[in-house]
Amino acid sequence: MRLAEHAYTTISAVRGPLLFLEGVLEARMGEMVSIRFPDGSRREGEVLRLEEQTVLIQVFGESRGLGLVDTEVVFTDTVKQAPLTLELLGRVFDGSFRPLDGRTAPIPERWQGVSGAPINPAARARPEEFIETGFSSIDGLNTLVKGQKLPIFSSAGLPSREMVAAILRNARMGEHSPESAGGFVVVFVALGLTHHEYSFYMETLEQVRTPSVAFINLASDPVLERLLAPRFGLTVAEYLAFEQGRDVLVVATDMTNYCDALREVSTAREELPGRRGYPGYMYSDLASLYERAGRLKGRPGSVTLLPVVTMPEEDITHPIPDLTGYITEGQLVLSRDLHQREIFPPVDILPSLSRLMQRGIGEGRTVSDHREVANGLYRHYARGRDLRSLEAIVGREGMVAQDQRMLDFASAFEEQFVHQGEERRSIAETLDRGRRLIQTLEGEET
Amino acid sequence: MKGKVIGISGPTVTVDLRGLKLYDRVAIGEGGLLGEVVRLERERTLVQVYEDTRGLALGESVSSLGKPLALRLGPGLLGTIFDGLQRPLEGLREAQGPFLLSGSGKAPPLSLESCAFTPLKKPGEEVMAGEAVGWVQEGPFRHFILAPVAGTIERIADGECSPEAPVAHLTDGSVVELYEEWPVREPRPFRRKLAPREPLITGQRCIDFLFPLARGGTSIFPGGFGTGKTILEQSIAKFAAADIVIYVGCGERGNEMAEMLEEFASLKDPWTDEPLMARTVTVANTSNMPVAAREASIYTAVTMGEYFRDMGYHVLLLADSLSRWAEALREISSSLEEMPGEEGYPTYLASRLAAFMARSGTVETLGGATGSLTMILSVSPPGGDFTEPVTQACLRTTGSFLMLDTALAHRRHFPAIHWFQSFSLYQDVVHRFEEEVSSEWTALRRECRDILKREEELREVAEIVGLSGMQDEDRLAMTVAERIRLDFLCQNAYTEDAFSPPEETLARIGEILAFYRKTLERLGSGEILDDILGG
Repeated sequence: MRLAEHAYTTISAVRGPLLFLEGVLEARMGEMVSIRFPDGSRREGEVLRLEEQTVLIQVFGESRGLGLVDTEVVFTDTVKQAPLTLELLGRVFDGSFRPLDGRTAPIPERWQGVSGAPINPAARARPEEFIETGFSSIDGLNTLVKGQKLPIFSSAGLPSREMVAAILRNARMGEHSPESAGGFVVVFVALGLTHHEYSFYMETLEQVRTPSVAFINLASDPVLERLLAPRFGLTVAEYLAFEQGRDVLVVATDMTNYCDALREVSTAREELPGRRGYPGYMYSDLASLYERAGRLKGRPGSVTLLPVVTMPEEDITHPIPDLTGYITEGQLVLSRDLHQREIFPPVDILPSLSRLMQRGIGEGRTVSDHREVANGLYRHYARGRDLRSLEAIVGREGMVAQDQRMLDFASAFEEQFVHQGEERRSIAETLDRGRRLIQTLEGEET
Repeated sequence: MKGKVIGISGPTVTVDLRGLKLYDRVAIGEGGLLGEVVRLERERTLVQVYEDTRGLALGESVSSLGKPLALRLGPGLLGTIFDGLQRPLEGLREAQGPFLLSGSGKAPPLSLESCAFTPLKKPGEEVMAGEAVGWVQEGPFRHFILAPVAGTIERIADGECSPEAPVAHLTDGSVVELYEEWPVREPRPFRRKLAPREPLITGQRCIDFLFPLARGGTSIFPGGFGTGKTILEQSIAKFAAADIVIYVGCGERGNEMAEMLEEFASLKDPWTDEPLMARTVTVANTSNMPVAAREASIYTAVTMGEYFRDMGYHVLLLADSLSRWAEALREISSSLEEMPGEEGYPTYLASRLAAFMARSGTVETLGGATGSLTMILSVSPPGGDFTEPVTQACLRTTGSFLMLDTALAHRRHFPAIHWFQSFSLYQDVVHRFEEEVSSEWTALRRECRDILKREEELREVAEIVGLSGMQDEDRLAMTVAERIRLDFLCQNAYTEDAFSPPEETLARIGEILAFYRKTLERLGSGEILDDILGG
């Protein structure tokens, strides 16, 4: 701990959101600095790299107006921290933790560094308790469980926004999942929103009855806040989960904007670019966010993460969805074809997967025959989809009756099971529908 | 020796300490962060730090710890879970709670109160270097204590002894300790390497039957995400016929590690009926743990593997995933500002990989026993593209290649091993199956492949004209191939089917192929396929 603050005006270069400072005697990695601009305004910054006496600082907030002279940097001897208190519930903040709801900032109980420490693998409890999102395609076939990280892979023009809104409104703990004493909480992190999206989400948040905390970063906000907002969200989520015993669902949209911000900053730092210009450490960086989801042995509370990724060019092998898929426990893939046929949510079941589903379903978790129903639906639908390519060649008339029934099943499945519009379905209703579809098909066959 | 920090960039710290040697260990700052010397220059030394450098300040003190990163090897390894630097994760959890904090991991790697030593040698007897002087019972295993040097035994312990005291004294004054230190980047010596001839039974039908592995061999399986790499690794870890299993979770998911640890604690080794955990050492460095320790984790694991191999055990090392190790290497290389090679990986990627894989093998140990170390390594190619540098570098050295196919995984065909693209160079092993399981093994294998091949040829036709438009013989091949795929190659990792001993594997394929031959005969005598299948 240093006794006095020390300030420097020895700026040697400004490059995008980065600032180079010379002749610094003492500085820490990750230390927060306060920057006084020539016009007297102040911004925060963080120490990124130390080299002999040159310090590289990234500026949070707008760097326009920075000068080599008349700018002062004050070292604060602290790292980036988030204020924590239960008063955060029901509030909306921006990417720098400033209130966006017109109310005053809450008085923190304590402060906590935002980068988060990794959970000791030996301290993790296995995720196995069902969370009901209200969507049949998720609850029935790609079940989400407490402590899981399950991304939505969307594409430009697909209704990921409406899906997120419905999940924010409808998600709750499964009937049989022992709810942690603190109850269910939603943390919403929005990155790089357009104004149109902003008003949409603000309206949604008003309808959400689950206690929530929101961090909203607009497309016009500084790029670095886009890197900060998810860290604030997750730090708050960890506090609510592991100290206050809540079950926290973190919904983060859109991680593609996060990764682009990461690339922008990396380029400004003149780092070696990796695939498509994204930095080589993007995997580790994304993991440092996604891996904060989980449950702990012997403690109530959980952090469940539902990030939204927009696949550029609808390419699932693009680095952003690719690295995300390698870290998360499954994925929900949206399909343009289904969307064009006005099926909502347009979840394509075949490439979608929840890796932790096996433990979270069945007797005592959801419904005892959940696994059989899910396997049956998947098998028949996969067969029906296979036959569609055949239908395109030989036409429906050229197919045997059994194959025609499979085609009908695939359509019925999409229209009656996957499609649900505004309706919220309980897991019991979801499985009832599934059973009926299977019975209809098998009834025709005998 | 003392010095101070003069620069920090990610995991790389520049210090002004002189007189260090390459790969020496260094303690940095008040927290005592551990690091390793990676580059020496006249005025400064670059240290790669194994922990998060956030909060580290310029001017903080640096001291040399002398030796390179080394492991403490001895009783207590089995059943334990370590991080990439051999810190026991359970111990850390007790000491500092559920989160891993930087610079405070001071739990000793192995801590035994006392142990019972049974001598194999008597005073006055000669002992070779690397020969066992006695053993300590560890669960179902005899943990042999090997002499580091040759000599004549003067005194030797018997029964209860303190873990810190030597178990034997030699006449020349040297001692045999219960524990030894070994630097992770240095392969342990052996007398000579033997060709891998013995099969390693995995209990996976597709592997044992079509692409068998050999004890002392290497195998890689690359696959995009969702192709079931981790499940396959874990199934092999559970059921393979190995004495000791070293599992290294290198940069992978924390929840999967938790799931595996919980499962292993409750399952039994199908070969010995002992708890699975008793034969397993786990090294876990998940994706959010520091990247430099991830780079070290595979060396930590392989050194442990060699240690057990030297006792004459058959060791299986499973790493998930090698790509994460390569990425850690890339990250460190880029923070050192080295000239990048293909896709940003350092140019020494291939040689480091080859050197690592060369540590596998069946050996005659210094003590004259035979032990083996087999490696099964998963690879996560970006975008599922197998032309990327890590897969390609592995392909040059590996003895077996099991390609996991995304299309198969989407059809829920697991394990999603592609039966045309994969290969195994361990053909000798097939003959051993023939000698030990059944003389039909090779013939059935050929027949099975032929039918799968026939299906591939017929598929296009079938897609156009439909099954009903095909000749009976071709339809039969298609039907049988489907049965081979669904009932033989597919194996559900969540049911009892997860483990299939070779006899069962053979019986199952034998039955399907017998049906094929019989039906073919009946078609030949004029019967109609629909009648046979329907009736």
